[in-house]
Amino acid sequence: MQANFFARKRRNSFIYYVLLILATVAAITITDYNVVKGFTSIPKAAEWAFQNFYPNEKAMKKLPAIMDSLIETVLVSIAATTVASIFALLFAILGSNTTGVGGVVSLISRSIATLFRNIDVAAWSMILLFSFGQSVMTGYFALFFGSFGFLTRAFIESIDEVSNSSVEALRATGASYFSIIFQSVIPSSIPQLLSWILFMVETNIRQATLIGILTGTGIGFLFSLYYKSLNYSSASLVVLVIVAAIMLIEAISNYVRRVIL
Amino acid sequence: MELHEIAKKTIDGTRGPKGFPDKHIKAKPFSHAALVIQLTLGMLAALSIYGFATFDYKNINLLDSIQSTAVTIKTMFLEPHLKHFTFGEALMQVIITLGLAFLTTLFGAVIALFLALLAARNLSTGTASIIIKAGVTFIRAVPTVLWVLIFAVAAGLGSVAAVIGMTFHSVSYLVKAYSESFEELDKGVIEALKASGATWWQIVFQAVIPSSVTYLISWTFTRFEINFAVAVAMGAAAGAGGIGFDMFMASGFYYDVREVGVVTYFILFFAVLLEILATRIKKKLRAKV
Repeated sequence: MQANFFARKRRNSFIYYVLLILATVAAITITDYNVVKGFTSIPKAAEWAFQNFYPNEKAMKKLPAIMDSLIETVLVSIAATTVASIFALLFAILGSNTTGVGGVVSLISRSIATLFRNIDVAAWSMILLFSFGQSVMTGYFALFFGSFGFLTRAFIESIDEVSNSSVEALRATGASYFSIIFQSVIPSSIPQLLSWILFMVETNIRQATLIGILTGTGIGFLFSLYYKSLNYSSASLVVLVIVAAIMLIEAISNYVRRVIL
Repeated sequence: MELHEIAKKTIDGTRGPKGFPDKHIKAKPFSHAALVIQLTLGMLAALSIYGFATFDYKNINLLDSIQSTAVTIKTMFLEPHLKHFTFGEALMQVIITLGLAFLTTLFGAVIALFLALLAARNLSTGTASIIIKAGVTFIRAVPTVLWVLIFAVAAGLGSVAAVIGMTFHSVSYLVKAYSESFEELDKGVIEALKASGATWWQIVFQAVIPSSVTYLISWTFTRFEINFAVAVAMGAAAGAGGIGFDMFMASGFYYDVREVGVVTYFILFFAVLLEILATRIKKKLRAKV
C-alpha cells in the first residue's frame, strides 16, 4: 500500500513534468523564440544600458516638458480610476451575492463587467482612437473601461467577503434595502474598496504608458518619440521619471493600507 | 458618592471621579483610520476634478466623439469580417500569443521561486531579503512595455525581446506574491525542523513549498491570465507578433473597424476561457485545503 502510494505519486509528478516540458517545447517552436539568444541578450542589454541609457545634460533640459506630460498622465489615471470606481460600486452592489437584487439584473451586471475586463486596454485604446484621435480622452476612456471591469470584479469579492453576516442581521431587524447598503455594506467594506482603488491607480499609470505609445498621447508618446529618434538619454529620463512617480504612489498607498486595513 | 450619582455624572458627560470614562458613547468613534480614509477619498476626488479642469481636450466634441465611438463599437461587434487574414491564421496568431504568455509565465515562475525563497524574511537573512525586495520593487515600477522596448535594442524587435521583457515583470510580480505566501508559514514548523537538524533545502522542499503550493499555483495562474493580456498588448506596441500585432495592423494600418471586431472576439473568447479555467482551478485548490 505504502510503496504503491509513493510509486503513484512519483508517476503522477513524472506525467506532469513531461506535459510541462512538451508544452514548453511547443511554445518555443510556435513563438519562434530563440532560447540562446534570449539568455545572451540580457547581458548585452545591460551592457548597452550602461553605455547609453542614462540621462545626460541635454536630456535634463527636456525635464520640464517630461514633467508636464507625466502630471497629465497621472491625473488621467486618477480621474479614470475614481469615476470608474463609482460605476463599479454601483454594478458591484447590483451583482454581489449578498446585496444584489438577484436574478437577471445580477447576471447582466456581472456579464458587463466580464466583457469590459477581458477586452484589454490596448484594444480599447485602438477602438477609441477612431473617434477621439490623439487626444487625452482616448487614454482616459480606455483606462476607464479597463478599470471599471476590473474594479467591479474586485468590489464584488470584497463586498461578499465583508458583509454577509451583517446584511443578514440588519435584514432581520427590518432595515430597508438602502439603509443596509449605506449603513452597513459600504462603511464596512470601504477599507478594502479603497485598497483596490489605490492598486488600480498604480496599475493605470503603467497602462497609461502603454496606451500613450499606442495612441500618441501623454508620457508614453514622449518615450516612443525619443526612443524612435534614438535619443536614448532622454528616453531613459522618461523611464526614471515614471519609476519615481510609480514608486511614490506605491509608497503612499502602502502607508494608507497599513493604517486602514 | 453614590453609585447612581456617578452614573448620572458619566451620562451627563462630566468626568467622574477615579478616572471614569468620560462622555457618551459615540456612534462613530473618531479614529486615525477613518481620517486617512476620508483624506484619501478627498484627495482622489480633488485630483480628478483638477484633472478634468486642466486636460488639453484639443477641441474635440465630447458628445459627438462618444456617439461615434458607440457607432464604431456597434459596427465592430455586429458586422465583423475577415479581410487580411483567414480564420485559421487568426487562430494560429492567438495560439502564438498564448505561447508567449506561457513561456513568460514559466520562466517567471521558475526564477521567482528561487528569488522568493531568498526574499522571504523567515527563510533568508535580513539583508538578502531587503535587497531582493527593493530590486523587485524597482523592476515592477517600470512598465512592461518599456522593458520590452529596452531589450528590443539589444535583441531586435520580436519574440525574444518580448519574452525577456515580460519575464522581468512576471518575476517581480511573482516574487512578491510567493514570498508573501512563504512568510505566512507558521514559525514553529521551521524552528522544529531546524532543531531536528534539517538542512535549509530540506526545510524548503519538505515544509515550505508543500504547505504553500496551492497559493503558488493560484498566483501563477493569475499571472498567466495577466500575461495573456500583456502579450496581446506587446504584439501591438512592441512588434512581438501574435494576435496583438494583427489588431494593431487592422486598426492603425488598414483602419478596418470590422476586422478589429473579429480580433476582439478572438481575444475576448480566450481571455474568458482562461478566466473560467483559473477560477475552476482556484476553487478546486481551495476545496483541497
